[in-house]
Amino acid sequence: MKLEDIKVCILRIEGTNCETESYQAFERLGAKPEMVHLKQLTGQDVRESEKRSITDYQILMIPGGFSSGDYVRAGAIFAARMKTKLAAPMEEFIREGRAVLGVCNGFQVLVEMGFLPGIDGIMSPVPQAVLSTNDSSRFECRPTLLKYENNYNCIFTQKIKSGQVLLIPSAHAEGKLLFPHDRAEQIYRQLEDNDQIVFRYVDPNGEYAGYPWNPNGSPHNIAGICNPSGNVMGMMPHPERVFHRYTHPDWTRGFGSEIGDGRAIFESVLDHISKKF
Amino acid sequence: MFVADIRIKLKKGVADPEGKNTAKALELLGFSEVAEVKTSKFFSIHLDTHDEAAAKAQVEKICLALLANPVINDYSYDIKKVA
Repeated sequence: MKLEDIKVCILRIEGTNCETESYQAFERLGAKPEMVHLKQLTGQDVRESEKRSITDYQILMIPGGFSSGDYVRAGAIFAARMKTKLAAPMEEFIREGRAVLGVCNGFQVLVEMGFLPGIDGIMSPVPQAVLSTNDSSRFECRPTLLKYENNYNCIFTQKIKSGQVLLIPSAHAEGKLLFPHDRAEQIYRQLEDNDQIVFRYVDPNGEYAGYPWNPNGSPHNIAGICNPSGNVMGMMPHPERVFHRYTHPDWTRGFGSEIGDGRAIFESVLDHISKKF
Repeated sequence: MFVADIRIKLKKGVADPEGKNTAKALELLGFSEVAEVKTSKFFSIHLDTHDEAAAKAQVEKICLALLANPVINDYSYDIKKVA
């Protein structure tokens, strides 16, 4: 399908942030994004003309933020509200090979909904992971360095070079990706075998490092993962905040390019969808 | 009417950075006898039903649907009848 026909649902509820940057990232690349409130998909308290169906879109993006005040657990209320009405349509959406991207709070929502890591099928009835409180017990907000570690299973990263280090900012208080304590190492190995690990936090030498390079204490430095089919990706750092080079903190030092490090993620998924559908 | 007092704890072995930080703060405040601090969440939920069994079933559902993530949380609750 043509790039200009690709419809992107930028999903929001109270407390979503960076939806404008996400919208603009897709729009600037020629696709048709639309900001959609969760109630428009569930059909609650909205006019008939405002109702939308998830099947109208090829890409669903859940942006960052502090949905529902991050009460209970980050992303838990957003996820529970989606689960009641949208679990089956979303499962179908993913089965058809459409793309789902969760950034920051969106990653937390996908994990709480059971779509990530997705090792026992598209959606697990109970969460298989959690994005837990940062080791520092604080909100960590700063540029982070991510090493691209996927072997091209993930449809969001096809345009990134293997081993490339990207500067993408993090801003979260709950970003430590944990699996059930007794099976954690087994799951990490499974993620590696399935090529589900997409990004890891590194230091300026590209080496795995602890705090502050790893802002949350995530075991194995994991910053982003995808499902086994590669069409659902969640990551804590915000690629939409570095679409342009001039939003990098070091842009005045001159790097001869106007392209920000986050742009490749949006380009990759649009390229994949335009070829697939 | 029933009221359910629900406590959501971190499972054994799960790091509790908030507890650790609080312990450190208490130590800095001079409470040298503080050995460990563990945090948990407490929800008090009023249920408009006259049937204790139904209230209990509802609380179980509530815990699994939203309040606890089984990866890191254990939950427990007491249900009391109130006027």
